[in-house]
Amino acid sequence: MTAILFYIFATFLLAASLFVVLNRNPIYSVVALVFAFMNLAAMYFLLEAYFIGILQVLVYAGAIMVLFLFVVMLLNVQPDQPRPGLIHFDRWWYGLMGLIFVGLFLVLIGEGARLLLTSPAGEAVQIGGVDSVGEALFTHFLLPFEIASLLLTVALVGTVFLAKRRV
Amino acid sequence: MVVPLYHVLAFAGLLFTIGVLGVLFRRSAIIVFMSVEIMLNAVNLAFIAFSRYHGDVNGQVFVFFIMTLAAAEVAVGLAIIISLYRNLRTSDISEIRLMKH
Amino acid sequence: MADTLYLITLFPLLGFLINGLLGRWLSEKQSGLVASGAILGSFLVSAQLLLALIALPEGERLFTQNLFAWIPVGELSIPIGYRFDPLSAVMTLVVSGVGLLIHIYSIGYMHADPGIRRYFAFLNLFTFMMLSLVLADNLVLMFLGWEGVGLCSYLLIGFWFEDEAKARAGMKAFIVNRIGDAGFIIAMILLYDQFGTLSISKIAAAAPGAQLAQGFFTAVTLLMFLGATGKSAQIPLYVWLPDAMAGPTPVSALIHAATMVTAGVYLIARNSVLFSLAPATMSIVAFIGILTALYAATIAITQNDIKKVLAYSTISQLGYMFTAVGVGAFSAGIFHLMTHAFFKGLLFLGAGSVIHSMNGEQDMGRMGGLKNHMPTTHWTMLIGVLAIAGIPGLSGFFSKDEILWGAFSQHEGFSWIWLLGVVTAGLTAFYMFRLFFRTFYGDPVWEGTQKPHESPSVMTLPLVLLAFLSIFGGYVGIPAALGGSNPFHHFLEPVLASYPVHSTAAPHTTYRLELLLMLVSTLVVAGGIYYAYRVYIQQPSLAEDLAKRLGLLYRLSFNKYFVDEIYDRLIIKPFRMLATVTWEWFDVQIVDGAVNGSGHAVARMSGIVRKIQNGLIQHYASIILLGVIFILIYIYFD
Repeated sequence: MTAILFYIFATFLLAASLFVVLNRNPIYSVVALVFAFMNLAAMYFLLEAYFIGILQVLVYAGAIMVLFLFVVMLLNVQPDQPRPGLIHFDRWWYGLMGLIFVGLFLVLIGEGARLLLTSPAGEAVQIGGVDSVGEALFTHFLLPFEIASLLLTVALVGTVFLAKRRV
Repeated sequence: MVVPLYHVLAFAGLLFTIGVLGVLFRRSAIIVFMSVEIMLNAVNLAFIAFSRYHGDVNGQVFVFFIMTLAAAEVAVGLAIIISLYRNLRTSDISEIRLMKH
Repeated sequence: MADTLYLITLFPLLGFLINGLLGRWLSEKQSGLVASGAILGSFLVSAQLLLALIALPEGERLFTQNLFAWIPVGELSIPIGYRFDPLSAVMTLVVSGVGLLIHIYSIGYMHADPGIRRYFAFLNLFTFMMLSLVLADNLVLMFLGWEGVGLCSYLLIGFWFEDEAKARAGMKAFIVNRIGDAGFIIAMILLYDQFGTLSISKIAAAAPGAQLAQGFFTAVTLLMFLGATGKSAQIPLYVWLPDAMAGPTPVSALIHAATMVTAGVYLIARNSVLFSLAPATMSIVAFIGILTALYAATIAITQNDIKKVLAYSTISQLGYMFTAVGVGAFSAGIFHLMTHAFFKGLLFLGAGSVIHSMNGEQDMGRMGGLKNHMPTTHWTMLIGVLAIAGIPGLSGFFSKDEILWGAFSQHEGFSWIWLLGVVTAGLTAFYMFRLFFRTFYGDPVWEGTQKPHESPSVMTLPLVLLAFLSIFGGYVGIPAALGGSNPFHHFLEPVLASYPVHSTAAPHTTYRLELLLMLVSTLVVAGGIYYAYRVYIQQPSLAEDLAKRLGLLYRLSFNKYFVDEIYDRLIIKPFRMLATVTWEWFDVQIVDGAVNGSGHAVARMSGIVRKIQNGLIQHYASIILLGVIFILIYIYFD
């Protein structure tokens, strides 16, 4: 059951992501991305990472995407107009590299998977809860945690500075 | 039935590739930026998968930090896009070529 | 006691800084007073230290002071360290004493010159460098002073640099000195390689016991001597000194007569231990010395420029000093160095006084009959001329005869060095009195065009003091043969190496011999003076007769044996040709071609690469992706 659900969510995820990339209207893109992140959160739940799944909904699908939507509205970005000369050398070059990349990536995953299959799977212990992640965060990763908070403060100041009309 | 690890990784890889293509092909700075978020999430997915299959919580802690970083990055990045738009009246990155030689 | 040692060099340095940096806010008088005051300070400190030094027992006469580590590199540490022993004490006193008088004299001589502050700044810097050279405890510090005095010499020769000939004279001095300096540097490197130290005293202590090839000391000392020939204007590097007379006359007196040019003699005396281990070098030093003495004297007898005569006379007298150190009579060399500083300083300042009153005229052919117009200058010059000629009772007599005796007693039997020395003495007497007679006696050639006058007292006072020293300066070294005890010699003896003097005769017979030799040289000198008197006072027409009769010889001498021209043909012209070839072909074609070519190559290549940098973010991102692809390929195939 979980497996079937996983594949469904994963398919939705890929479809929504493709929609984000291919769609011309930024507002649709943002909404599609919210949907994609919701699916991703569901996949996290299925992978028993409950805490991260909740964060995904709260932080990504909630806070970050609201920010995106806000900016799209603020700038009043119009849908891209198809332009002549869209496909020129640069685009071919990008596409070629993208394809090579996908191919190589999949080949490598296949290689890695063969290795992983032969190695014994780890114990399926309960590790995704708030308690276990929180314990790791506040013991072993306490210093990075504090640094992350500092980073957020810096980002806050930087954002205010950049977005101010006149410095 | 358990989802095999490499299936999850394959999904992550595809997701990442979609993000890369978005970064390379789209002209709207905001869409490019969203594609970057997709790439980040693909990496997150891989981390969660490894964490699940190794029974190690460290992968999830990593994801937590990546999310923090993403939040900070999005805030600053969007601020940059706003100030660019304000100055150049465009968010089309193929027109923003201030760093041309 | 030694704590005040650094003050000796500090005072001139401060004087230099004050005059050099704050000069524009000083009046002409203040500038001169600051400079002279600085030297006075040095002089007083060194005089006090000398008295303290004499009070010590003979074996312990040494003050040292290490100020700070100057160049600490690995195992090599060069300190700024001073050494005040009898030898450097004598030199310090001479430099600061004569220097003080010349500074005072300069106040009068350089009066109303627009560059007077610069002049005093350089003069103080020179004194600082000279004192550093003299007091240095290691060869590197000594070399600093050595180069420093060379620099100041260059700056002061070309002091009136608006005149291109004078600027060129400065350059010539600098370049010729450089040839010698290369020898000094190589000698230092060899010594460091062998002994692992550059401290003069440590090398002197280690050298006699060192198991080294004979050739090593010969090579080192010859290289040092090469440095000395450059600085002290000996054959073959003497050519810069006559041109150096382009500088102000007090500079000629201080740098090119009394102090700097004697640095080569001091260098040899300082390293007397090394030199005494290399008999071959010693012979060469003596040979070059006496050859230079005679050679320069033969040039001096025909020159018409009053300063040129004195310049060649200086070269000749320096030759005497080298002869002295070359035959192992180190203390005699230093003794002559000291007395020479007195009487040659006096002669130069006297000549300067004459030039000053003649409004810059230096040609003796346009002087004459100045005796009654400048009495003080006349009388003091007379003393100087008598002293340099070696008339008994004056300082030059004692020092010169000590040298001649050293040369004579070095070998058993007859000494041709002594003979040449005596001939030179006769020539010296002749050309010095020629200068004297032509300047102060005879018919005034200048009548109607000039108004000669005695110089102000600020200039005559140093003349009188130097005349006093020229008379009595020799009494510190009365030889035993004349009933004296030669305290000067005994004072210096502990710091100088004893070079074997072959004397088998008993003391009283050698005394008699020494007296006989003195008599001979005095007679030759008297002959020289008489001849000058005959030619230039009694029968002035005789001079031209003589010049005509000697023909070729006269022209050779008058044109300084064409050495400048020979150097020009043999060294400078080919060198210039080589330089032109390397410039026009090698430099322009090859070097510039390579440089420009690499520049063009870079520009062309970057022209290709720069297309990458088109300002498109996505383009950049694709290149990052390309990198990632390479990494993936690497991982896959690894």
